[in-house]
Amino acid sequence: MLNTLLEQSSLFLQQLVNGVTLGSIYALIAVGYTMVYGVIQLINFAHGEIYMLGAFLSFSLVTGFFGIGLPFGLAVVIAVIFCALAGVFLDIVAYRPLRRAPRLAALITAIGMSIFLQNLALLIWGAQIKSFPRAVVPAFLFAPALQFGDVVISWLQVVILTTAVLLMVMLQLIVHYTRIGRAMRAIAQDKTAAALMGVNVDRVVSYTFALGSGLGGVAGILVGLYYNAVYPTMGYFAGIKAFAAAVLGGIGSIPGAILGGGILGLAEVFGGGYISSSYSDGIAYAVMILVILVKPTGLFGRFARDKA
Amino acid sequence: MPLLQLKDIHCYYGNIHALKGVSLEVYSGEIRTLIGANGAGKSTTLMAISAIIGLKQGEVFYHGTSLAGRAPDEIVKSGLCQVPEGRRIFPGLTIRENLEMGAYCRRVKSAINADLEMVYDLFPVLGERRKQAGGTLSGGEQQMLALGRALMSQPQMLLLDEPSLGLAPLMVEKIFSIIERIAGEGITILLVEQNAHAALNLADYGYVMETGKIILEAPARELLQDERVKEAYLGE
Repeated sequence: MLNTLLEQSSLFLQQLVNGVTLGSIYALIAVGYTMVYGVIQLINFAHGEIYMLGAFLSFSLVTGFFGIGLPFGLAVVIAVIFCALAGVFLDIVAYRPLRRAPRLAALITAIGMSIFLQNLALLIWGAQIKSFPRAVVPAFLFAPALQFGDVVISWLQVVILTTAVLLMVMLQLIVHYTRIGRAMRAIAQDKTAAALMGVNVDRVVSYTFALGSGLGGVAGILVGLYYNAVYPTMGYFAGIKAFAAAVLGGIGSIPGAILGGGILGLAEVFGGGYISSSYSDGIAYAVMILVILVKPTGLFGRFARDKA
Repeated sequence: MPLLQLKDIHCYYGNIHALKGVSLEVYSGEIRTLIGANGAGKSTTLMAISAIIGLKQGEVFYHGTSLAGRAPDEIVKSGLCQVPEGRRIFPGLTIRENLEMGAYCRRVKSAINADLEMVYDLFPVLGERRKQAGGTLSGGEQQMLALGRALMSQPQMLLLDEPSLGLAPLMVEKIFSIIERIAGEGITILLVEQNAHAALNLADYGYVMETGKIILEAPARELLQDERVKEAYLGE
């Protein structure tokens, strides 16, 4: 009797830890969707592919796929910077020419860019799932950081969680206390008025893409390590899930995206653990649908439904 | 040489020919007004000057140089700032943040802070509520915020679009006296108004606009006496 109770509670704790870890990754991706939506009202469906590129690039740089193997830390930094630049490039090439076009045109372009980038990755890296060889990843990441009873928290989970929290705090500081962050919020509220105040709107939109894409790249690297699997379509599923998290939290709201990511991660892990693992995705979406039914603008949403 | 000069500008909204050859001048230190009915093209004229709307034909000169090809932010940097119709303050930003947005193109922190104090002196209500969201202000207070925000850019010239729109008569009076004070500081003003009476009483010179064209221009005092203006815009 006591034994089963202990077993039950340690299972619960383990699920909680796993759920929070997954949720913090969703949150990292979701803020990218929500920030871009905030400034240009576009669902950047290629955002998941930026995340995928983050995973592939860090993998390639540490394993020497491009010829030279770099130390893990350096590879991560370069991959993140590349993701930030890729986001800016994506905006300039694909979305900026359509800024005054109907919203549907930009949305379809975003889906097109998503498919293009997936296939580009397929061409470069092939369809086979890649995994980080143990030798190139700092060994401590896979060691348990905390262990009580059957509950194990790995250093990787600790790193994922602290990285996500630190980056979210940094993002909030940028958005609320810097000149460029103030301009982002101003553009989200009134683009024309911001331009009339002397804001170079295109430049601020580029910053937004860089920030969101950099965070997405970090998430890709962390997931690549966590599941030890990197493949061209990984961004599609994670992207849809993170998009759902952003909608659930209220698209356009950064705190909403963080909370939405957390809720979705927990729902998925607990649903998978207590109901059936094959339903875990379905449960995550069911939670989103329930929230949207009750509060169509999402938890912290300010955008009306017809705009989404 | 006029500070601002529009030479035969044409603008389109899709297929609609909104401005059909507008020409006007504003000299340094003056208040000039552009009056006319709703839909005459007054706001479009200001948006064209600020490069929010592109020109199909004609040119805008500022300090004698053409603004063709300049982006809106470059125009603000050259000292020409607009207070748009409907105030368009940032409702989710605090009053202080709204004012800081006005100073977006400036870099010297101490000078910006000094100007913040200047705006708080000019509009004490903004100083009292500096931490409140802009959207919580009344219409008149929002107009003050919009004016203060524009002043934060250290403008040489202001384009004011319907500053009296939707305000109670007492507040209209207040806003107009503030505009007079701003002009007294040496800031050149182009004022777009439907309230022709108040605008012509304040301005040195006036233009009357109808369906995308300037149909009449004269010193403001003369326009106040003009029979056509009296009948159509002053309700006499």
